[in-house]
Amino acid sequence: MKRVLKVIKGQPAQLFPTASLWIVLSAAVFTLSACVTINIYFPAAAAEKAADKIIDEVWQIKKNDTEPSNKSVAPENGNNEPAAKGIK
Amino acid sequence: MKTCEATYAKALLKFAALLVSSIAAMNAFAAADFEIDTPGVAALKQLMRARHAQLAGYYTSGAVGLTADGMIGLRDVSAVPQAERYTIFALVAAENQNRNALYAEIARANSHPEWEGEIRNTFARRWVQNARTGWWIQDDDGWERR
Repeated sequence: MKRVLKVIKGQPAQLFPTASLWIVLSAAVFTLSACVTINIYFPAAAAEKAADKIIDEVWQIKKNDTEPSNKSVAPENGNNEPAAKGIK
Repeated sequence: MKTCEATYAKALLKFAALLVSSIAAMNAFAAADFEIDTPGVAALKQLMRARHAQLAGYYTSGAVGLTADGMIGLRDVSAVPQAERYTIFALVAAENQNRNALYAEIARANSHPEWEGEIRNTFARRWVQNARTGWWIQDDDGWERR
């Protein structure tokens, strides 16, 4: 009796590795395909930089365009204020 | 039995390691850069830059504004002389055609045509962000002056 049971118990135990191999393999394939799908994500930060670059070129947004005007205004204020204070 | 399971476990571990490293490699590859240097993009930029010289005045006057979908649209042409209106219609139509082509071209240049919508949204945000003060911007509530 005990011997028979051992054999019966042994059979499913022997089957287990091959079955698990298939489960693992199919799970791996599924996971890999899922990873590939998820991995094709949109590079938002890089796209934003690229968009800014194109917009700069199309609209000709020059940072020098605004900065010199600020600078030319700043010294005037800088010169006027101390002078005004000096007079007072 | 145990040795058999151990080999499977080892194989599984190896496979998992391979999976992780390959995903990391793909991630690095995907995040490497964003392609915009193609002849198509360059040609569209050229056309749009030339057109902007004509459009800039209309942005400032408020006749034309930036829409939420990365396009431009007629906002108020009442102040524009009748004769000039045909020019504006043509300018807006041509600009929007170029913009659509630009978004599609960038998506294609990056081998992801399905990114076109996201590229359009990104541009829509950036056009608005880069717009000069006084230009009109359309959002859900309607036209708003920047």
